[in-house]
Amino acid sequence: MDEKLSKKLRILADAAKYDASCSSSGAPKRKSDPDGLGSTVGTGICHAYTPDGRCVSLLKILLTNYCLFDCAYCVNRRSSNVKRAKFSVDEVVTLTVEFYKRNYIEGLFLSSGIIRSPDYTMEQMILVAKKLRRDHGFRGYIHLKTIPEASPWLIEEAGLWADRLSINLELPTEKSLEQLAPEKDGASIETAMEQMSERIEEAREERRHFSPAGQTTQMIVGADETTDADVLRKSATLYGHYAMKRVYYSAFSPIPDSSAILPLKSPPLMRENRLYQADWLLRYYGFDVDEIASSTEQGMLDLDVDPKLAWALKNRHRFPVDVNRADREMLLRVPGLGARAVDKIVVARKHTTLRLEDVARLTSGLKRAKPFLITADHHPKARLDKLDLRERLIEKPEQLSLFV
Amino acid sequence: MTLHRITLKTGADLQTFRKAVRWLIAEELAPQHVMFAVDDAPGLFGNETVAEAPPVTIPKGVSRLIEQVVCHSDPERYALLYSLVWRVLNGERDLLEVASDPLVHRIDLMARSVRRDLHKMHAFVRFRRMQGELERFAAWFEPEHFILEAAAPFFVDRFRSMDWTILTPIGSARWDRHELAFGPPAQREDAPVEDSFEEGWRGYYESVFNPARVNPTAMRAEMPKKYWRNMPETAAIPGLIQTAAQRVERMIEQEATMPTKRTPERALEAMWDQEPKTLEELNAIIAKAGPLVPGATQAVFGEGPHHAEIVFVGEQPGDQEDLQGRPFVGPAGKLLTKAMRETGIGRSQAYLTNAVKHFKFEQRGHRRIHSKPTAGEVKHYRPWLMKELELVRPKLVVALGATAVLALSGKATPITRSRGRAKFGAYEGYITVHPSYLLRLPDEATKREAYEAFLGDLRRIHDLAQANLETGELPLAAE
Repeated sequence: MDEKLSKKLRILADAAKYDASCSSSGAPKRKSDPDGLGSTVGTGICHAYTPDGRCVSLLKILLTNYCLFDCAYCVNRRSSNVKRAKFSVDEVVTLTVEFYKRNYIEGLFLSSGIIRSPDYTMEQMILVAKKLRRDHGFRGYIHLKTIPEASPWLIEEAGLWADRLSINLELPTEKSLEQLAPEKDGASIETAMEQMSERIEEAREERRHFSPAGQTTQMIVGADETTDADVLRKSATLYGHYAMKRVYYSAFSPIPDSSAILPLKSPPLMRENRLYQADWLLRYYGFDVDEIASSTEQGMLDLDVDPKLAWALKNRHRFPVDVNRADREMLLRVPGLGARAVDKIVVARKHTTLRLEDVARLTSGLKRAKPFLITADHHPKARLDKLDLRERLIEKPEQLSLFV
Repeated sequence: MTLHRITLKTGADLQTFRKAVRWLIAEELAPQHVMFAVDDAPGLFGNETVAEAPPVTIPKGVSRLIEQVVCHSDPERYALLYSLVWRVLNGERDLLEVASDPLVHRIDLMARSVRRDLHKMHAFVRFRRMQGELERFAAWFEPEHFILEAAAPFFVDRFRSMDWTILTPIGSARWDRHELAFGPPAQREDAPVEDSFEEGWRGYYESVFNPARVNPTAMRAEMPKKYWRNMPETAAIPGLIQTAAQRVERMIEQEATMPTKRTPERALEAMWDQEPKTLEELNAIIAKAGPLVPGATQAVFGEGPHHAEIVFVGEQPGDQEDLQGRPFVGPAGKLLTKAMRETGIGRSQAYLTNAVKHFKFEQRGHRRIHSKPTAGEVKHYRPWLMKELELVRPKLVVALGATAVLALSGKATPITRSRGRAKFGAYEGYITVHPSYLLRLPDEATKREAYEAFLGDLRRIHDLAQANLETGELPLAAE
């Protein structure tokens, strides 16, 4: 690989790394043709992990980090003094194919700064995907970032080649968008999301290919004043209206050459983690967003305990729950019991009466579950009402320190 | 009672284990009387002669579990699996459902460990290009369990057109683009020592790391150290961790700098000026995009004067239109032209186009049979159609047939109920049948009747366009 290309790759990978959505999941299973290259597996594969614990699944790069937009939180905004580079379409195609052949990646995640016009930029990105699919018979994963300011027909085209499309909302409120991302506009972002979700749904019904792995989005946490409750309300709307596969939360992280109007501090990683946990409760545990909001302090999630535990501590009258009798919905609300553990419990108790040691084999969260749970040989009794219960259940923050 | 000793080969010896289970069950030998040993030189100790025995019926879940767990490196695996089979066949048929049972729990953990190792092998194998003119690749990998044969099909599915070899201490796998073959164990030295893309890959790996989020524990949980030595990018890890704190401090301490470049005023202004301004520009965009439906030799654009009073929207180009690249030149188009002439609508007054710009068909022998575009496909073309109308600015938009109605209104509506005047967004509209419908009618009498009705529609369309002209009413701009 020649040195010039290597150098560009460093710049344009660095420029893309603040996007959290690297997953390669959700595509229908595909195998390569006899002359082609690539396959997809349902859950996606992480080919490596960087020392920030993040998964490297796709070749995540920008086509270029030259950009006409001036979004304050973004390392590539036009007023930033970072080094700039631009790939040609063929360079991206070569890198994807050669990396893929060596089993470094599952596919490509392509985004770009806006050059010339949103349409021109989007066309170049589509061209990359088209070349990979048509000229190289590439059947690996392709995730294209959609530019909501581009003409609607480009979205129609992009979905035919990509496995997943996404538009990052970045900021949850219209006000923050206006302040921090002057070129962006929440209404056109949501119009494009709606267009994509309609087309994805229709294609699924008609068994055609159009972004079969759905669409995702990302919100930055900690760059503006939005509370967790409002972030989650926005997520609930996005899941409901546009059938998002996932909403990613990205703790605002200090960037080289950052803008003067933003906080320069360590990223709120714990907050990000709690938002993911709360998001999970919305999607898989039957919680609605108001229930989660009601267990926050002035709209902010408790950083010391996970959101399910926070909810349980505020709703102690609904516990303890009998593991051998309670229905699935209520078991899902027991802190420390994950959805998979609950499913196993529901099946196992048809054949046996569960004791504490049995539950211990089904979950790693027994310590948190114990005060809320009745088993054949255990009843928490008054312990559930003790005032210091929260303090005793706080996780030791060993993994959370930034530099270990 | 004596202890019966069953000997199996090294690795995942599913075949011997199956055979042994059949025999042990037939002999009614309980697990406490059986011992499983792994040995490559059978016969050294007093082994049991395993005779053929009838197959044993066990639940699917159990046999799937066995297939996975025999790959585990734990020598106890066969004994544990036999205990499981024994219990399942002796009164605990649903044993697997009791995930809390100590034996089920232990076997489940083993299966998970095997699946994880498989997954990690799929993820962490790194191919290197071999020296020589032909493109061949090889990799050295050290799995934790005996999973080479179970892991190989994944690589076949993915790298079918590549010639590759995976070398491991427990065997090797070779795919020559036609056949998968397993060979003897190999050594690290048998694999290439470098690859020209590794440095670029390492550079990529270093660049995607965010020092402000350093968390080596999370990394090691998913990428245990035992895999590191066969992954070229991991050489960068110590350096990245060491300098992380310092890099973040520098970012935080550094004051915001002033942009060195001036604001590119002119580029900013030009950026929003991206919409096509003429039909020619729009058509160039459509041509460049290529078909959004399968098939088609070329895009067929709308045709007619740029500011025509009436726009007729059909379904999609047919066989003739596709070959000639012009709309409404086939049999249905000819019928429409005839009807227009008879009702006094001049070609110069009308702009003809289709909802879908490409011919979609099914090949039957030499004939290309028209195939109806799906609702989703019609919607793919909708933004272009809307732009087209915006550029033509007609006074009246005529939908010929259901597909056109769907394209113009965004909703599926039956023609029989909606025939007549309509509103398409801000446009005055009219709904009638597609001329091809008239051609398909079975008998002459119905045909004539339907044609008369069609002429009636065209006369009203003609009058509507005139009326609008007289009142001077202009349609509102498109949404």
